Amino acid sequence: MNTPASFANWKIFWKRWGVLTVISVITLALIAYYYSKTPQITEAVLASTLRQSVPLVLGALCGLLGERAAVINIGIEGQMLLAAFLAFLVNVYTGNLLLGVLAGIAVGALLGLLLAFMSVTLKIDQIIGGTVINILAIGLTGYFYKVGLSAHGKLNPIPLGPLAKIPLIGPVFFNNPPITYATILLVFLVHYVLFYTPWGLRTRAVGEHPRAADTLGINVYLVRYVNVVIGGALAGLAGAYLSLEAVGSFERLMTNGRGFVALAVMIFGKWTPLGAWGAALLFGFATAMQTQLQFGGQLHIPHQFIGMLPYLLTIIVLAGFVGRARPPAADGIPYEKEG
Amino acid sequence: MSENQTFALEVRDIVKRFPGVLANDHVNFNLRKGEVHALLGENGAGKTTLMNIIYGLYHPDEGEIFVNGRKVTIDSPHDAIRLGIGMVHQHFMLVPVFTVAENLILGAEPTKGLSLDLKAARQAVVDLSQRYGLEVEPDAIIEDLPVGVQQRVEILKALYREAKVLVLDEPTAVLTPQEVEELFVIMRQLTERGVSIIFITHKLKEVLAIADRITVMRRGRVVGTVRPQEVDEAKLAAMMVGREVVLQVEKSPAEPGEPVLQVRDLVVEDERHLIAVDHVNLEVRRGEVVGVAGVQGNGQTELAEALTGLRPIREGQMLLGGKPVPPRNPRYLIEHGMAHIPEDRQKHGLVLSYTIADNLVLCTYYKPPFARGLQRNQAAIVENAEKLVQQFDVRTPSIFTTAGSLSGGNQQKVIVAREFSRPVDLLIANQPTRGLDVGSIEYIHKRIVQMRDQGAGVLLISAELDEIMSLADRIAVMFRGKIVATVKAEEVNREQLGLLMAGSPASEVLGQPQPAA
Repeated sequence: MNTPASFANWKIFWKRWGVLTVISVITLALIAYYYSKTPQITEAVLASTLRQSVPLVLGALCGLLGERAAVINIGIEGQMLLAAFLAFLVNVYTGNLLLGVLAGIAVGALLGLLLAFMSVTLKIDQIIGGTVINILAIGLTGYFYKVGLSAHGKLNPIPLGPLAKIPLIGPVFFNNPPITYATILLVFLVHYVLFYTPWGLRTRAVGEHPRAADTLGINVYLVRYVNVVIGGALAGLAGAYLSLEAVGSFERLMTNGRGFVALAVMIFGKWTPLGAWGAALLFGFATAMQTQLQFGGQLHIPHQFIGMLPYLLTIIVLAGFVGRARPPAADGIPYEKEG
Repeated sequence: MSENQTFALEVRDIVKRFPGVLANDHVNFNLRKGEVHALLGENGAGKTTLMNIIYGLYHPDEGEIFVNGRKVTIDSPHDAIRLGIGMVHQHFMLVPVFTVAENLILGAEPTKGLSLDLKAARQAVVDLSQRYGLEVEPDAIIEDLPVGVQQRVEILKALYREAKVLVLDEPTAVLTPQEVEELFVIMRQLTERGVSIIFITHKLKEVLAIADRITVMRRGRVVGTVRPQEVDEAKLAAMMVGREVVLQVEKSPAEPGEPVLQVRDLVVEDERHLIAVDHVNLEVRRGEVVGVAGVQGNGQTELAEALTGLRPIREGQMLLGGKPVPPRNPRYLIEHGMAHIPEDRQKHGLVLSYTIADNLVLCTYYKPPFARGLQRNQAAIVENAEKLVQQFDVRTPSIFTTAGSLSGGNQQKVIVAREFSRPVDLLIANQPTRGLDVGSIEYIHKRIVQMRDQGAGVLLISAELDEIMSLADRIAVMFRGKIVATVKAEEVNREQLGLLMAGSPASEVLGQPQPAA
């Protein structure tokens, strides 16, 4: 008996996308249910989920650009923090929000350059290099921070016309501040570049088998430098988001571990931009729920426990998933040209 | 042929120095258009160094390179590729998780606007496949492909970049005899289409079979260039080593005694929890050498690891000297007469940062005379080391030299010295002469036969068919984790073994059903 072609195609589809489809359907059903019961709260939680996920996605994109080229970056936290601080400072002294954002991006890229120099040229242990950046950022921001500075304005939500009026989807997706919009676009952009362009192919080759890439005339060092610097710029953008869009001012240690959660997001998302976005939304949801439950007064669990959720998820992912998730083969190994 | 004819490739007076060694010493070499020119030499002779210079991976300290008569500088593989030089490395330069098409185009990608044009890539694979007769599937993932097919992808990669000079670095190391024949056919097809080939190897038989000219290198110098009609294996070996070499070890017929190793229905898993050893039955008796022949990757590594206590046995039984062995207990095996020459001497045979003296007592350091209670007995260790280094001809400035600085051959001799210095009932030798020079191979083969003649049983696992045929009394062929045939060495020839190693059913090849060992 021959299996009809359509049935065989179903089986292939199910094997690859089965779990994801089920999860998506359940999620949509739950959203629909809660929206019908408490529309305002559902809207608020979903919008908050999206916004909480922004620094996580950007941090994960930073991490995965580097790791796809085999450079481990655990300095994302430091990059975000220093960028948040400088974006804030530049805004304070120039009054210009855009300049502040650009400053944040530049700082992130510069720290990325430092990491690349340490990892690719000096071939230092990459974990140590990342730690150096974190400590540097904490030190610099702690030392130079002065209480009482205030930013000039804040990046506010920009409603996208009629789209913003669609129930539920409108406020959640189409009424966001600029960096949030930019982040969604960046997810798709990075995905395209990584998987559909020659540059992306070469990056991935450098991460999996750098010597093979070298023998084909690809400049392994250059590819690593560029990816880490661009990644740094993204982490810088995340920092600018925190001080100029999310909060509107700077506090010491305001990144609060997001740079490390971003690493968990990256691994959870299997080093792909779209996967990282999904994982970031999940983590963002946990944080959004924490705020909601804290002020909603529904449950009688102390809100601190809910606040642990994102970090708990991080630990579980890093401890449980790392074994099964496969990073690029040459991840963390400095490349040595012979002769 | 006239001397004025332009060579496809020529190098003059190439010198390349590495710290402590002169890898290429005023090397002169030329390649005629459309010829297969073999570059023959021991490990460390300088062949791969010379080829890496030609391919732009190394920079020569002195000397000149000419392509088609024009002087050129090759600073990187990019330059070499542009000049039409392609290289198939000994260890494949393929990204395991990419497809054939992706590997083919890497670094020279066809594009549609900003995007990768994978359709064009696939088409290129198909076109090249047909043109050169090298069948491959464009969308197959490299790590799923057998080694022989991966090699074809490597050759296609060079052809895609329009290589006119193709360098093949030890291409036959991972192929069955039949696949080697197929490779030779492909090489002839390529030369007929104007490609010139440099074929690096240390295997004498192949060189005589396929080369138009043979250049022999030794210790960084060219010893001579000859044509296969002018020489035979013995003469080539003498050129490679610098003295007379005995190629065929002398062996009296085996007189096997009672079984020292019995393996029943053994099942062992690999790292990915797939079955690597599939219900294997083996028996090794005292006074005989049982050879396990097979191309690398058919379960031999896992089999050896299971038998030496390094890998868990999922099912089945192993008996040493008639008694079942406790699971995963190498020390038990060592204390009950097992000696082991591991496949990877640097990872599993030695501690590279320890001295030779310490490496020589790695198995016995905790027992008298080398230790008394908690205290080590340095004097005994030193005495033992001096005795063994002399006895086993280990070339080293001192017994306190670190093992990592020894040559491959001498490292192997240290391992052999250590293992043979205990009373041995069973020797498990896994690829014992891989990467060794002809002189060391000669030595180790002699020692293995000696061990057999002294009454031990030897299980020899090797991918070198010549080694198996020369040393083994009985031969078991391993394919995809199963022992597909067990025969007496006299009753089978090279071709039959090659077919069995490639998976042909035993009933066809040997004309009879195969019982268990």
